[in-house]
Amino acid sequence: MTSSLRLRAGLVSIVLLAAFLGIWHIATRSTGATTTMSPEYAKLMGLTATQGKSAMPGPLDVGAKLWEHLKRPFYDNGPNDKGLGIQLAYSIARVGTGYLLAVLVAIPLGFLIGMSPLLSKALDPFIQVLKPISPLAWMPLALYTIKDSSVSAIFVIFICSIWPMLLNTVFGVASVRKEWINVARTLEVGTIRRAFTVILPAAAPTILTGMRISIGIAWLVIVAAEMLVGGTGIGYFVWNEWNNLSITNVIIAILLIGVIGMLLDQILARFTRMVTFPE
Amino acid sequence: MSDKFISIEGIAKRYPGAGGATTTIFENLWLSMTRGEFACVIGHSGCGKTTVLNILAGLDAPSEGAVIVDGQAISGTSLDRAVIFQSHALLPWRTVLGNVAYAVSSKWRNWDRAKVRAHAQTFIDLVGLSGSEHKRPSELSGGMKQRVGIARALSITPKMMLMDEPFSALDALTRGTLQDEVRRICLETGQTAFMITHDVDEAIYLADKIFLMTNGPGAVLAEVVENPLPRDRGRTDLHRHPLYYALRNHIIDFLVTRSKTFVAETPGHDPRNVPVVQIGKPGLSIAAGSDEPRQTWMPGTSPGLSA
Ligand SMILES: Nc1ncnc2c1ncn2[C@@H]1O[C@H](COP(=O)(O)OP(=O)(O)OP(=O)(O)O)[C@@H](O)[C@H]1O
Ligand SMILES: [Mg+2]
Repeated sequence: MTSSLRLRAGLVSIVLLAAFLGIWHIATRSTGATTTMSPEYAKLMGLTATQGKSAMPGPLDVGAKLWEHLKRPFYDNGPNDKGLGIQLAYSIARVGTGYLLAVLVAIPLGFLIGMSPLLSKALDPFIQVLKPISPLAWMPLALYTIKDSSVSAIFVIFICSIWPMLLNTVFGVASVRKEWINVARTLEVGTIRRAFTVILPAAAPTILTGMRISIGIAWLVIVAAEMLVGGTGIGYFVWNEWNNLSITNVIIAILLIGVIGMLLDQILARFTRMVTFPE
Repeated sequence: MSDKFISIEGIAKRYPGAGGATTTIFENLWLSMTRGEFACVIGHSGCGKTTVLNILAGLDAPSEGAVIVDGQAISGTSLDRAVIFQSHALLPWRTVLGNVAYAVSSKWRNWDRAKVRAHAQTFIDLVGLSGSEHKRPSELSGGMKQRVGIARALSITPKMMLMDEPFSALDALTRGTLQDEVRRICLETGQTAFMITHDVDEAIYLADKIFLMTNGPGAVLAEVVENPLPRDRGRTDLHRHPLYYALRNHIIDFLVTRSKTFVAETPGHDPRNVPVVQIGKPGLSIAAGSDEPRQTWMPGTSPGLSA
């Protein structure tokens, strides 16, 4: 039953994809009328005018270009021409660094806040004000103080991924079932051991859910951040290709951003499942 | 009072109520138990039974009064007083063995893994869960989970066991088996046990002493009923004992009518000196307090319709 449902869903997905590619292909096919013009003028006008070709690349163009990229993901021809693999690696490294720093700060801090009603009340106003600030709003301040565009991008990732993790850790720690705490208390388990043997495993699913939300946000933000700071990364690549008017490359980058984002999410989802135990 | 293993001395529990007033759940509550005794508490929902148990366990502090265990006033929880929780409270990320081993390693911090495991295994075998050591709580039935809770409580070899309606969520058959097991284990190991229950037959089968509490708020310990049934009683032939119905009717009468009216009808009730009811046995009785023993005698009525 479930396997046949999965099979049918898969078939529908393939049909939808094929339909989308088909429509895309038809919509971008060369149909426009060609005008006769002097060869010099034609050169300036490009293919759109001379061969009736649409400015929007079709699926076949994108496919061919993607294949080219996949064959040589790591070439490096100077600052404005690097393989997609290298650009993605830069972005992933930035997200990874900022995100890991956020984990290191958010989880211990969340533990403290969750376990101490005093800290929770004292820090609440700060968190409430800082949380809704768009991470990109920090960018000028980061550039001014840090003076390094790459580190500034990492800082922006750090600041945007810290909130969901912090809030989920606080919530997870504060809402550990009272009976489990009481079990530890009747066994005279000390605070540190209790934090690691009862509170951490009990709060782990909530914490990991926060981490999953954070990685999603970090991946959304890195593209925008790299467009601003420039230099390297998939966000810069998108902006650079837009300036080159290479819509094909922009589409390929969009596709890859989606795939990587999905993979990151799946990894965290798997971790979440690993620490979730039904009662 | 060397015969008192546990002595609850004038405890009260108050909560801040609406509009600055305080709600008194109970006050001036006195109660004592000797070593190796099995006591059950019966009373209507909300009268404060769990609160008393939590105070005994050290999970909750009384607003007034003190609890003396083994000659010492308690402050906080202790490995000497194991709690079996109503909702079993197993840690879902640990296996059966892991849950019991957690308790064992909390008591004996310097034991190595093998020793902890072996010790835990003994108690898993004791409650009849051999073969399920590596299952997680979610893979167990309600009765099995409760057994793990019992094994965990026993594994730290406590001086007393505190049980808050441990079997109320179980079906009659499982409940019966577990009652047998708890009774056997308590008799074998000489445990002092304090159990809350709503099941009159469970109390009659297990308890040496039954504490009857009136309705809250302002609940009082109305009577201590001594169980006249022989120590070697069996669960299935309880009702054949000549005093069974008298005992049962007495408790049910209390629950149905007297628990509501007791405080109003008994103005001279002395909480330090709660009457001990000895069904079908006129003669000397020892009051819960110290001053002057009072006695109440219930004639052993013939078995009749019970509620
Ligand atoms: N944190 C609290 N604040 C205010 N009142 C409370 C609090 N905890 C318990 N109470 C009150 O104390 C009373 C006794 O509660 P308790 O849980 O001890 O009852 P119980 O006799 O165990 O009932 P049950 O048989 O339903 O388990 C109840 O009336 C409850 O409303
Ligand atoms: Mg209760």
